[in-house]
Order: sequence, then structure tokens, then C-alpha cells
Amino acid sequence: MIVPLVTGASFAFWMLMPVMILGALGTILARKPVHSALSLAAVMVSLAVQYAAQQAPFLFAVQIIVYTGAILMLFLFVMMIVGVDTSESLVETIKGQRVLAILAALGFFILLIFAVGNALVGRPTGLAQANNANGGNVQGLAALIFGRYVVAFEATSALLITAALGAMVLAHRERTRKKKTQAELVTERLRKYAETGAHPGALPPPGVYARHNAVDTPALLANGEIAEVSVSSTLRQRGSVQNPADLIAPTKQTVQAIAPDRAENPATAVASYVPHPATPARGIQPELEPGESEEEN
Amino acid sequence: MDPQAYIVMSAILFSIALLGVMIRRNVLIVFMCIELMLNASNLALVTFSRMHGSLDGQIAAFFVMVVAAAEVVVGLAIIVTIYRTRRSASVDDANLLKF
Repeated sequence: MIVPLVTGASFAFWMLMPVMILGALGTILARKPVHSALSLAAVMVSLAVQYAAQQAPFLFAVQIIVYTGAILMLFLFVMMIVGVDTSESLVETIKGQRVLAILAALGFFILLIFAVGNALVGRPTGLAQANNANGGNVQGLAALIFGRYVVAFEATSALLITAALGAMVLAHRERTRKKKTQAELVTERLRKYAETGAHPGALPPPGVYARHNAVDTPALLANGEIAEVSVSSTLRQRGSVQNPADLIAPTKQTVQAIAPDRAENPATAVASYVPHPATPARGIQPELEPGESEEEN
Repeated sequence: MDPQAYIVMSAILFSIALLGVMIRRNVLIVFMCIELMLNASNLALVTFSRMHGSLDGQIAAFFVMVVAAAEVVVGLAIIVTIYRTRRSASVDDANLLKF
């Protein structure tokens, strides 16, 4: 044996103590709430290991499942709604508050050490006997919860239901205007059509090309122009709409390779579709021969 | 393993969380610090349970966890409601009850 005095529990403790302290400091010092929450998750998982090392396997599981899994995830969900972009001003509202707070925390720590630390006298009894009395830690806890603490346990259920109801009431928002029915929506759409000529039907879907069919690929009209409403106006404003000429280029190259005689117009090469002579396929065939265009004019 | 070390660890975590409650003004971080305090006290409860060889401390820690779950549900709902009306997650902005 190389290190005879180091047990698994003390190894876990001394390994995880810096993690816990750094995690706790990260929780209170991180600028962003999400970083705070992740540091807190590290502390909570380390605490679960400490529970496992102190003969509390049930609390080990509950700590990970309830605290890290449920409560902290609830925090993260609320952060998505509330806190991610809220920046905290670093100006002190009360002058000297930070120094005083650090002194107070230090004083409180010393007080705790002297008050609670003195409560520990002698060697720990250990839970082996208490755990084995009912055949295990979980069985022992169950015997206590459904025996001596059954009233408190029942009160807990009422507390949880009250909390759930309270959250529902708090999160509920009264609808300020009546919800429109299907019939009203149709009437409104057709009135808009009669007054402004806005199309009452669905908008055209984005274009489907040989290699692309994402939402940023504009659909082409029969005359080769871009259907403006086929892509979202947000994408158009952001300037991230694909250029149809780029989208068609691979098809053109392929057609050039397999059928050079019909390659001047991929639309006619791929399908046996002949565009009306009066409306040449603009957009599909951007560059016209100079001679041809002069003839058309 | 000496239980004294666990108690000191618990006191350290509690004091750090207390410091966080006093110096931070983002309501979510303050709330997380309260959770950290509950966790620190749970560690002390589990340690005392082992110290005295009875499972009552673990039961207490279990009830603390249940109460913390209920508290988080209501607390976060309150935070979301305040954020909806005040558009802020700072504890300084919820000051209507200030005397």
C-alpha cells in the first residue's frame, strides 16, 4: 500500500473541495447568469459525490436528479426568457457595500465555524447500523418517511400542489383582445383582397433546385423571374437569399456535359418545356447572344 | 474521513452564497445563491446524520430538497412576472414596496 491513510471518501473530498469552492466563487462572480448556473451545476454534482461518500446513496441520486436535473434546468429555461441579455450594472448603489459585504460574509463564516464546528465531538458513529436495520439506506429512509415523518410528508404534497397552482396563476396572462375565429380570419382576408388586391391564398414555397431546396432559395416564376414572396422578408433584408444563377449553374454544367445541343436553355433541356417566344426565360438564361437579342428587339 | 472537514466545507459554501446574495443584483443569480445556501446546509445535515448514526438528518435534507423545488417553481414564476411588467431582471428595479 502506497498511501495507507487515504480512503476513497477523503480522496473524493480533497479532490472535489477546490472544484466546489471555485464553482461557488464562479456562481457569485460570473458576469452572465448562464455561466453562474453552470458553475452551480458543478458544485451540486460535487456535493452529490460527497453525499455518496457519507453513506447517503439515496440523497446522492436525488441531488443529481432533482437539483442538477430539474431545478437547475428550470433556472436555465427561465434564463432563456429573462436573463441572458440583461446586463448588470457594476456601479455600487450603496457606497462601500462590496467591502462591507465581504467583511460580513467573513465574520459569518468565522461565527459558523466556532458555533457549528464545536458541535462535533469525538469519532463519527457511522450509518452502517442505521442503514442495516431495515436492509438498506433507501429502506431505512422509507421507514422513516412513512412512519415518523408521515404527516410532514403529506404536508409536502400539499405544498407541491400549491406551488404548481401558484406558478400557473402567476404565469397566466389574461387575453386582452378576443381570439379571432376561422370565419373572421377568412372574412378579413377576402376583404383585404377586395380592397387592396392582396392575394388571399398561401404564399409560394421556396424554390426546389437540383442541389438546394432550403428556405433561402427563391422560387422562379414561369418567365424566369424571382417570386419575391417565396422567401421570408427577414432573409431578404439580411441579404442572405441565394442567387438563382448560382443555384442553376451546376444543372447547366451537367446539361452542357450530357446534351450540348440543348444546353443554351437548361429549362428546355431538362424538361421538354418550350417557353413562350414572347417571354424569354429571363433569369434562367441571363446572358443572351447579342445577335438574338437584337433580332427580338 | 473526518466530519469536521465537511462542516467547514458547508460553512465555506454557505458564506460564499451569502456574499453572492449581498453583492449581486441580478435576481437570477441571487436566487441561485439561495439554492447554494440550501445545498450547503444539506451537506451539514448529511454530515451530522453520519456523525450521530441516525437517518433523521438525511430525512431533513430530503425535505429541504422538496421545499427547494416548490420554492424555485414559485420564485421563478414571480421573476418571470416581474420581468414581464418591468422589463428588468435587477433586484433594484422591483422597488414599489420601498418605504
